Amino acid sequence: MMTKTRLVIIGAGMASGRLLEHLTAAAPEAFDITLFNAEPRGTYNRIMLSPVLAGDKSFAEIVTHDDAWYAARHVTCRFGECVQRIDREAKVVIGEKGEVSYDKLVIATGSTPFIIPLPGHDLDGVIAYRDLDDTKRMIDAASKPGARAVVIGGGLLGLEAAAGLRLRGMDVSVVHLAGHLMERQLDETAGHMLKASLEAKGIDVLLEASSQEILGHNGHVRALKLADGRELPCNLLVMAVGIRPNVALARDAGLKIGRGIEVDDHLVSSDPSILALGECVEHRGALFGLVAPLYDQAKVLAETLVGNSACFTQSSLATKLKVTGCDLFSAGDFSDAPGRENIVYRDPRRGIYKRLIIEGERLVGAVMYGDTADGNWFFGLIKDGTRIGPFRETLIFGPSPHGGGEGDLDPFSAVAAWSPETEICGSNGLREKQITFCLPCQHSNHPSDNEVTSAQLSGEPEATSAVAVAATSPGRAAPCKGVL
Amino acid sequence: MDGAAPVPGVRSTCPYCGVGCGVLLQPDGAGGLSVQGDPEHPANLGRLCSKGSALAETIDLGQRLLTPVVDGAPTSWDAALGRVATRFRNTISDYGPDSVAFYVSGQLLTEDYYVANKLMKGFIGSANIDTNSRLCMASTVAGHRRAFGTDTVPGTYEDLEEADLIVLVGSNLAWCHPVIYQRLLAAKKERGTMIVVIDPRRTATCDGADLHLAIAPGGDVALFNQLFAAIHRSGAVNEAYLRHTEGFASTLEAALSDAGETGLTEEEIALFCKLWVGTERVVTVFSQGVNQSISGTDKVNSILNCHLATGRIGRPGMGPFSVTGQPNAMGGREVGGLSNMLACHLALENAGHRSAVREFWRSPVMPDRGGYKAVDLFGAVGDGRIKALWIIHTNPAVTLPDADKVRNAIGACDFVVVSDITGATDTARLAHVLLPAAAWAEKEGTVTNSDRTISRQRAVLPAPGQARPDWDILAEVGRRMGWEEPFDYQSPAEIFREHAALSEIAGKFGRDFDISALADIEDDVYAELAPTRWPVSATRSGGRFFADGAFYHPDSKARLIPVQSGPMAAAQSERFPFRLNTGRVRDQWHTMTRTGLSSRLSAHLAEPFLEINPADATNLDLETADLVEVESETGRAILRVQITDAVKEGHAFAPMHWTGETAPSGRIDALVPGRTDPISGQPESKAAVCAIRKMEAAWYGFAVSARPLHPNCAYWALARTDAGFRAELADYEARSDWEAEARRLFDAPDASAVCLVDPARTTARVGLFEGDQLLAALFVSRRPVAVMRDYVATLPGRIAPDNVLMGRPPADVPNPGATVCSCLGVGINTIVNAIENDGLQTVEAIGEALGAGTNCGSCRPEIAALFSRLRHREAAE
Repeated sequence: MMTKTRLVIIGAGMASGRLLEHLTAAAPEAFDITLFNAEPRGTYNRIMLSPVLAGDKSFAEIVTHDDAWYAARHVTCRFGECVQRIDREAKVVIGEKGEVSYDKLVIATGSTPFIIPLPGHDLDGVIAYRDLDDTKRMIDAASKPGARAVVIGGGLLGLEAAAGLRLRGMDVSVVHLAGHLMERQLDETAGHMLKASLEAKGIDVLLEASSQEILGHNGHVRALKLADGRELPCNLLVMAVGIRPNVALARDAGLKIGRGIEVDDHLVSSDPSILALGECVEHRGALFGLVAPLYDQAKVLAETLVGNSACFTQSSLATKLKVTGCDLFSAGDFSDAPGRENIVYRDPRRGIYKRLIIEGERLVGAVMYGDTADGNWFFGLIKDGTRIGPFRETLIFGPSPHGGGEGDLDPFSAVAAWSPETEICGSNGLREKQITFCLPCQHSNHPSDNEVTSAQLSGEPEATSAVAVAATSPGRAAPCKGVL
Repeated sequence: MDGAAPVPGVRSTCPYCGVGCGVLLQPDGAGGLSVQGDPEHPANLGRLCSKGSALAETIDLGQRLLTPVVDGAPTSWDAALGRVATRFRNTISDYGPDSVAFYVSGQLLTEDYYVANKLMKGFIGSANIDTNSRLCMASTVAGHRRAFGTDTVPGTYEDLEEADLIVLVGSNLAWCHPVIYQRLLAAKKERGTMIVVIDPRRTATCDGADLHLAIAPGGDVALFNQLFAAIHRSGAVNEAYLRHTEGFASTLEAALSDAGETGLTEEEIALFCKLWVGTERVVTVFSQGVNQSISGTDKVNSILNCHLATGRIGRPGMGPFSVTGQPNAMGGREVGGLSNMLACHLALENAGHRSAVREFWRSPVMPDRGGYKAVDLFGAVGDGRIKALWIIHTNPAVTLPDADKVRNAIGACDFVVVSDITGATDTARLAHVLLPAAAWAEKEGTVTNSDRTISRQRAVLPAPGQARPDWDILAEVGRRMGWEEPFDYQSPAEIFREHAALSEIAGKFGRDFDISALADIEDDVYAELAPTRWPVSATRSGGRFFADGAFYHPDSKARLIPVQSGPMAAAQSERFPFRLNTGRVRDQWHTMTRTGLSSRLSAHLAEPFLEINPADATNLDLETADLVEVESETGRAILRVQITDAVKEGHAFAPMHWTGETAPSGRIDALVPGRTDPISGQPESKAAVCAIRKMEAAWYGFAVSARPLHPNCAYWALARTDAGFRAELADYEARSDWEAEARRLFDAPDASAVCLVDPARTTARVGLFEGDQLLAALFVSRRPVAVMRDYVATLPGRIAPDNVLMGRPPADVPNPGATVCSCLGVGINTIVNAIENDGLQTVEAIGEALGAGTNCGSCRPEIAALFSRLRHREAAE
């Protein structure tokens, strides 16, 4: 019998959980696994913290890997124990409660929220929004009658926090530095529609608002003071201004660090025995926040560990989010540039806004608000570089199968319903129809490109919210890391 | 008819074409009406066409003129008629009687017509009364008079059913006289009648025909001269009958030496001649394709010559047969509504006739020569010879040739009175005085159809507002002008009696039109008068003319008229390479003032179009649904191109219905020069020459709206829908803000807007809402707009589906497609579906399953063509 490879994993976030699934399925007997996690629990769906905050779900409902799961796979769990150091010479991980030797080490330490070093940032009642404990603190704060909250950061996380707190009855103000909400994911119009929607829910939104100081009383936060002198009273102040890769352990261990832990295409760090994945890594200059590429990484890393040669490749990413009941979607590059053309749809009555960005007959970006059902289809067009010329006029309505009979798109129907001489379907009606229906097929002809993404973006829970995993779009998409 | 039988409604007559179908009217008590074909009327035996079937949808009061209007302001009858009488009197006293004119219409009832004619010719003392029948029938009138001595239609509709060969010359009977066509097809089924269509264009009529001869425009005289020669050659001349005629030798000589082109092959001509010569029972039906020509009268006579030479006239199943365009074109001819006629087929230039009529009317003055014929009349308006003009129930600013010039002439005339049921016509908008007339179903009187049958129109609805019958308006003006007693009419029955009494005088002069047996008709008998074919005299009642060889020239003989082909008024040239034909479509009538109100009828062909041959389309770089600019020496039009081999290369066809109200760039008669037949004065409306080029539109638009819209672009065409309106739009210049344009177009500054814009492609779609309801939507594209029009048109006024701007129905909503059967509202997709999925094989099966084609039957050719197209497509696949 072969000696088992000793594998140590630091971090039990979502990427780590997916890695374990692949690994224990592919080689159930090959590894002797120890799993460290600073939080006193295993993997849960961080994306679903918003519903927990909002009271729609319990924590138990968002746990993806419980004790029984680990036990069945003989994973040694060291939860609630922080790793203090990695000794690469000795190939030992030193935890608070003792050392563990490794043959292979996986660092999956994720990211940490960025706390603006404002005066008063260490007051009681000033928190980030990252994990279950933050969520619990927020729920507690909201349970006090007349409680008020200020959320700094009008990105996805901040808005989810604000919405959850509002649902729990708090008066909430969102303070945002930029001119419109979620400026990396949304253009100005969509941002303002989102603002109106939040305001309709009773959330106060302050734009172009610069925070100056957190004021306290008896060691507890009492207000946020803005640069213009306004004071926003609060019992709870949530900072949601971004996340940063958590690289402290790796740096201390002397691994090569850029903005994150640098890894190659096999997710191996500068030390061949140490691999890394998730929000803590930097791959070819990019950081990662959305769940889809992390799952890709988990798959590749599992292959690497079992000795197969798999490569992680970045693909263009779309963000499809649900913020406080408002569907949002963005993909690709939606900045204005010479040669770019916009198709814009506005339906203020239904709160829908869609913008497609075209360059050289191809879709390069999409922003949608209020109705994101076709987001995945647009994303496919962006990734595949499909020429959209022939169906540009109805592109914004997506691929939805169209009713009615053939031949009727014929503009000629204005003249002749039916002239005996007219070719049935001879005109652009049929042509258009054929094109419409073959496009999605083209898209799905490349499963390797978008298998994961499709699954993630097609309406699974992960795809509808992303509290903990920051919206990130590497490649041509706007880099959103650190936005929130 | 059995007057005692219970009748579901009041008997009346359809106000459209000259077939003169009987209808049964049943008011619903709430201003509405149900209309059915009268099974006992001899013209239609219960049938109705799509237009007749939709009559009830055209009585909406939305566009009705309800009060007199003077200089744009509503006023009283007293003020309006005072103004009319004064202006006419003053103009006559200043400039003489020939400085005023009436331009009237085949829409008038005989009684109205009679009063108008009496007022102008017997009291004003001018012959300047002409009628829109000039545009339609004048060549036939002239041809009849030349050949027969009177304007007599020899046969009856039954002849079409008793013939073995029907030749249709210049007649799209299937669309223009659908009920007669259906009678003909039924007869064909019974007895195998051969049908030959002679028309430059392949029309819907050809679908039921055995032979289509695509004659060159203007080739009719040459063809019938060849037939005449063949009749002679084959010994088919009826020598016995020829004794009743004059002119055979010279006619034969002219025929033999006619080298005119027919555009047909020798084989085709030989086949046609063989059929015609070899078939004793032959009826030659002719209509506008013959009449609307500078040689229209000669064409008519070339046809009459053949029937006279063979004696095939006035006997069952044989004869020449003119089918008229208007409900009362024949009545107008009877009362003398044409400027060169007197009354009761008496001749203005005949001193004996004149003095007899003058004595009968006790009139102070009477002209001794004809007045201006329509085209010249508006020429005289244009150059100021006519200073006061009264236009009644017609729209010359649209329908006269050189229509833009005519419109300008009317606009510049010193004093223009228009009597109509609506003020929303190109002509009415130019009037100084507008007089609200009672409409069909609101007034009493008689009309005469194409086979001389006099039928009653009856009132079943109250005249709305201050509207009055035309005879009443005309008579009051006569009284106000000083002729109290001659115009002291109390009822149409009284006028009818006077007309009938006058016809007795005509009868004594040996004229054909004699209804003297009705001269003493009691009011209640007039009220119940059943359809009656004239003559109705002590000696004669109904029947056919001329089998006995008794004609109305002084020597009682008919005249064979030597005629030869001549050139058309305009020749195709490098500048104007296309020959422009004009005509009608199935579901519209004249300038659409009535049919245009029916959404059902408007669904068939919702905008003006130009048919051109595929080869020409290729040369002109035209694709389906492009717009074209059409230009002639007199005017311009923009039309939707319809690419079809129904027209030959070098030829084009456009309908004549669209106006400044419905499609200002579709006023096709603006392109027709005012050149007329020297004898009949009828203009050559079907043979203009023109240039065609693609319209370089910056954008095309499609709009639907619950409320009227206000287009402001180079091309627009407006049509009614059940939900309101639909419009096609196009312009040379793009708009920068389409939402603002939509708000302006639909006059909805405060509606909430849903927009889709793609500025780089000039694509925009704007929906305007009031509350939950879609008020209007505008679709704009750089290319002809591709949306499902028939679906989108249903949305205004409704709570629209979410993606209304997609322009297509949700997947679960079937789209019937564009209307094929107007009567029962069956769309093309429904029919195609039934053929492809339910396996239906015949037009009859479609009728049974879907109802399509089972009412008027005028869409049956289109359904049949659909079968052959689908088979063709299958074969190609």
